[in-house]
Amino acid sequence: MTVASTNSVTPTNARPVASRATGRGRGPKRSWGPGRPSPLVLAFVLVPLLVESVSVFWPAVQGFYISLTNWNGVNPPSFAGFGNYSKMFGDPVFRKALEDTAIWLVLFGGLSAAGGLGCALFLQRERRGIAVYRAALFLPVVFSLTATALMWQTLYQPNGMVNGLLSSIGLGGWQHAWLADSSTALYAQIVPALWREIGYVMVLYLAGLKGIDPALYEAAKVDGASAWQQFRNVTLPQLRSVNAVVLSVIIIDSLRSFDVVWALTQGGPYNSSQLLSTYMYQTAFVNTDFGYGCALAVAIFVLAFGVIVSYLVRAFKESD
Amino acid sequence: MSTKRLRTIGFHTGASVLSLLWFLPIALILVISFRSTDDVLGNGLNALPHSFAPGNYSAAWSGGGMQQALINSAIVAVPAVLLTLLLGSMAAFALSRYRIPFRRTLILLMLGGNLLPPQILLVPVAKLSQVFGLYDSLATLIVVEIGFGLGFYVFVLQGFMRTIPGEIQQAALLDGASAWQVYFRIVLPLTRPALAALGALAFTWIFNDLLWPITVLITQSKMPVTPALLSLQGQFVSYWNVIAAGSVIAAIPTVAVFLRFQKHFIAGLNLGAVK
Repeated sequence: MTVASTNSVTPTNARPVASRATGRGRGPKRSWGPGRPSPLVLAFVLVPLLVESVSVFWPAVQGFYISLTNWNGVNPPSFAGFGNYSKMFGDPVFRKALEDTAIWLVLFGGLSAAGGLGCALFLQRERRGIAVYRAALFLPVVFSLTATALMWQTLYQPNGMVNGLLSSIGLGGWQHAWLADSSTALYAQIVPALWREIGYVMVLYLAGLKGIDPALYEAAKVDGASAWQQFRNVTLPQLRSVNAVVLSVIIIDSLRSFDVVWALTQGGPYNSSQLLSTYMYQTAFVNTDFGYGCALAVAIFVLAFGVIVSYLVRAFKESD
Repeated sequence: MSTKRLRTIGFHTGASVLSLLWFLPIALILVISFRSTDDVLGNGLNALPHSFAPGNYSAAWSGGGMQQALINSAIVAVPAVLLTLLLGSMAAFALSRYRIPFRRTLILLMLGGNLLPPQILLVPVAKLSQVFGLYDSLATLIVVEIGFGLGFYVFVLQGFMRTIPGEIQQAALLDGASAWQVYFRIVLPLTRPALAALGALAFTWIFNDLLWPITVLITQSKMPVTPALLSLQGQFVSYWNVIAAGSVIAAIPTVAVFLRFQKHFIAGLNLGAVK
């Protein structure tokens, strides 16, 4: 298996730089095609816009509206004002889901960023065999979260790999029914998600590291900087834009995390691994409480709002 | 000199251990998927194989419905990817090469739609598809997968197309080429690397998706691979070998796409990263 070697990362990193250069040099408004777009050209924009409107924008507006109603899908929806929202404050499952989502965000987000950066630094230099190592770390990224979850369900069985590894390193006392115990179910499910995310974050950081001018390191060495100082004062500042990308990617991915938990515990046992996303799905499609389900979806939207806006602001600058 | 040598050895030892640790779950699942039920129950999940039972794969394939599920996934993913690239590149072409009113607003609006948490759309989409009489149909799933991803592809592709020099287009227009010809004959071929990268990515995302299929479909025989895996899990409770075989079957298509288009795939992941 030969994967993800040097060259594969190059075009990657070259693109945004190139696009920025042209944008700056040429000025966006000058000399693009004829002044007035023909009807055909307008249709080129309007048809995709229509598709997205029907499947995204209009449903999104409706989602906000449904969150203001009581609706079980049988009777017509009745307007409830902010009833569903005030219900959240007294709902212990909502509080638990919020808490678990926060834990997920911090652990899954923090560890995948740290792990991804660590692996990228470790595997950054082009040398013999490097493609194989990178491929091994990257391979899980292409699996679906559901298939990943089922693999780990087997590994988490009482006589499975996880317990086997623990006893082989002398930690037999830690053996556990990881997914069935309400004190470990959430954390046990972060592991497969991490196993899959770290390779992805690594790829983002590898591209970022490749973009750093080697002259900066040379200069730092001349000044007698230690490896740690080079990391602190050259690598980290240079990775600032990639860090921003990674931050939005992991926050959006955390809030979207659904598949692993839905496949393994459906939020159980006793809501101990309930995430906002699983609680929303359960409320809407298992308990058919559509109004409250949509209100929970709006809560997820509110949490994601800051990230969405900052992502769009960066996109705005880039499309200049 | 020997320090350098030692460091190289140290690196390869560390990297090998890390890679093996990462690969160990996959290796174990592959081994389990070929062991017989008696072997797994009798000798434990971690034991070396005492049997060879490729029958697990046929159990998952026909009994567990993975065959039908793969067909359904192909029916959804192939047209969804092609239409996404077509619609995305059309919009990107117009938005990057012409002075469309509210150009930047439109780009950001479309990208914003892609960044919404899908949860906010689930109930309305399920309801809307009932109103149109399209609930529980693969067509709805295709439309939703296209619509939800589109903003991202438009954004990336218009960024890519802006790097194509305007002179090429102007020369073609002077020669009497129509907008459609400029799009189809000139800009699209030059956009091929980005299209390949996004295509590989889009296929993986759509193929691996769970949330949309379980929201708009109810009939078991219409389910694509990912939800079908969950019903396989319910059907073969504690048959870890069959479940392992099913997971392997579900992973093969995306691994194949990755291995075939790995360069594009990695490039695609980075294309999406807004700096």
